[in-house]
Amino acid sequence: MQDALSRRRFLLGSATGVSATWAAAHWPAALAAADYARAAARSAGRPNFEFFTPEQAAEIDAIAARIIPTDDTPGAREAGVVYFIDRALKTFASDSQKSYIEGLPVLQARVREMFPGVEKFSAAAPEQQDEVLRSFDEDSNAKNFFETLRRHTIAGFLIDPDSDTGGNREVVGWKVIGRDREHMFQPPFGYYDKDYPAWQPAPKDAEKK
Amino acid sequence: MRPDQHKYKTSDEVDFVIVGSGAAGGILAKEFSTNGFRVVVLEQGPYLTESDFVHDEIKILQEDLLTNHPKLQPTTFRKTPDEKAKQQRALVYGRLVGGTSVHFTANFWRFHEIDFVERSKIGSIAGTGFADWPITYADLEPYYTKVEWEIGVSGLAGASPFDPPRSKPYPMPPLPVKSSGVIFERAARKLGWHPFPTPMAILSQPRPGRSACVNCGFCLAFGCEVGAKSSSLATAIRMAERTGRCEIRPNSYVHRVEMDSIGRVTGAVYFDKQRNAHLQRAKAVVVCANGAETPRLLLLSANKQFPNGLANSSGLVGKYLMLNSYAEALGLFEHPLNDYKGYAVSRVLHDFYELDPQKVGFYGGGGLDARFDFTPITFAMGGYPLSEAPGGLPPKTPRWGKAFKDALSHDFTRTMKIGCHGTSLPVEANSFSLDPDLKDAWGLPALRMTYKNHRDDLKLAAWQQARALELLDVAGARMKWHTLVEEDDFAFHLLGTCRMGNDPKTSVINSDHRTHDVKNLFLCDGSSFVTSGRGQPTMTIEALAFRAADRIMAFAKRGDLGA
Repeated sequence: MQDALSRRRFLLGSATGVSATWAAAHWPAALAAADYARAAARSAGRPNFEFFTPEQAAEIDAIAARIIPTDDTPGAREAGVVYFIDRALKTFASDSQKSYIEGLPVLQARVREMFPGVEKFSAAAPEQQDEVLRSFDEDSNAKNFFETLRRHTIAGFLIDPDSDTGGNREVVGWKVIGRDREHMFQPPFGYYDKDYPAWQPAPKDAEKK
Repeated sequence: MRPDQHKYKTSDEVDFVIVGSGAAGGILAKEFSTNGFRVVVLEQGPYLTESDFVHDEIKILQEDLLTNHPKLQPTTFRKTPDEKAKQQRALVYGRLVGGTSVHFTANFWRFHEIDFVERSKIGSIAGTGFADWPITYADLEPYYTKVEWEIGVSGLAGASPFDPPRSKPYPMPPLPVKSSGVIFERAARKLGWHPFPTPMAILSQPRPGRSACVNCGFCLAFGCEVGAKSSSLATAIRMAERTGRCEIRPNSYVHRVEMDSIGRVTGAVYFDKQRNAHLQRAKAVVVCANGAETPRLLLLSANKQFPNGLANSSGLVGKYLMLNSYAEALGLFEHPLNDYKGYAVSRVLHDFYELDPQKVGFYGGGGLDARFDFTPITFAMGGYPLSEAPGGLPPKTPRWGKAFKDALSHDFTRTMKIGCHGTSLPVEANSFSLDPDLKDAWGLPALRMTYKNHRDDLKLAAWQQARALELLDVAGARMKWHTLVEEDDFAFHLLGTCRMGNDPKTSVINSDHRTHDVKNLFLCDGSSFVTSGRGQPTMTIEALAFRAADRIMAFAKRGDLGA
């Protein structure tokens, strides 16, 4: 306690209320630990899949890449969404394992049915892939798997990059949506508050109620 | 991080057992212990601290790190008492030391004078238990001031012409305005309305052991990792622990208040982490478990003298639930607002606090605020808790593919929301009760919520939403849209379920927060409310807690807690 108090106490001496120095120097231990774990995981190269077979992973990766495609900016693939989903299915989303195990073969069958000769989703052309997914999005029986995968893809793209989920690699998801990675911000925040003067009461002529 | 706590034995008869460590429980613990009383606070959730408060949306929003857990604590819902309730998640509340005050938005409006005496002013409303409070704004004013100064509220006194009188200014200036606040303020002024800096229980200046807000942007639903949010955890609980007379006992799930043969409560029975039951003895019990769990605990504590639930001779325990009317409108603007930076709400207006029922055709009133309360994930796919609720993208935006990605990358920084908060009427059938079939993970009856909005609450929501859309028009939004106003089946604000009143037949507690039926049993939290206020209840819960502490300590000092 003594320790915690004293390290916090010095910020009282800081001139601004924001105490950026304090926060930068003493960011919560949990975040540092998460960073360390992530760095360690990365330096060991790509992790093995814990839930998917390599073949399944290639299919999921291909689907995620149509949900958030790569164009002039990164997409689900660059954010490592398939690794996020793989880990999720062994941890917080273990309830969804069944949905993936049953849903993926149905989706692959749909590929073969719609495009005879194409054996799997990842082998189809992007336009064909979109057509398959569109049929899923509209088909209420198949929707559950697609909707689960859609939500997992978005979560894996946009999750806090300091989380231990492995998603939002290299912060690409946040870069795409324009969110700075910093843990603290100072005003002005945006276009409309940058020339805002101090708060003033309404001029009398505006009080026409 | 935490001071060494005094530990009591369960066999020690402490002065007070407090059930729940949230907005009310924390303040009562602090007041009792700093005045020399021996206190045990039993909290069902864990004791987390700042280093546990991550920005991981999966942990917070999906795994319920800070909140009640739908698997351990399943709930049921029905609209009316003649229906069989279905299992669904019906409510969210903070389940940790500090309670809901850890993860709330921290809007800290005081109630106005009208909130306490509105029944006298406009008369009864058919089909409701609309009533005056047994206390007035003047009774509570010193305690509102106490909350602002002791707990820490940022704001600007006198900025709203509709504000009630106050004895002191705020202890610190408002937080910096956000782009959403500037847009809101400029448009509202054009319309002749009176926007002002939102009072927030978030520090704009540092205090001992706490940083000022660093504008990290993960605020609503998240715990504050720098102690800037004025939760009970960051404030009252720490003050209580420093006295050496208060023990905060986490992971302690109180499921029964014990009573002796002469009608006096003797303590609280709880399960510890290993699910062993203990009785913590005390001279008096104060239940601050929130507007859902407080009535549930009384119902679970039925005994021979009170077969329908402890202190429930009125039959009103759990009834008159109010959730606050709510609606929202969203707008997309030309330039980046970057509203993901900072706390959620920087401007509010109270021009519609008290609408004239003769003019608008319904009862009610409220406030509009400028906000951005999305995280990246909830913006992209849905509200909080993660659900089918709409996110921040305009309706009909494609849900996947390039067009989805393009919309997300353009809109995330350019969108804002207007929250429309208001009254809800007390309807007796709206309630929390024990589900007859479903059990929680400890084998106890689950919470059942029954709720159907009074039609005036829905009319008010739609009326205020129309004002919000008007404002977005005047503000020059490139695009504007609104969520559907529909009947609630999910609760955030948990109010009115053990209401305060002078008549034991029509209320559960008196104006001292003492139950009419049991002399040494007190209740204080959102359940004490008689009317709903205009949408931001926590400030009033905390003011009530400071006042209740004074009343209860006066009884204790004159030995007036016995049977």
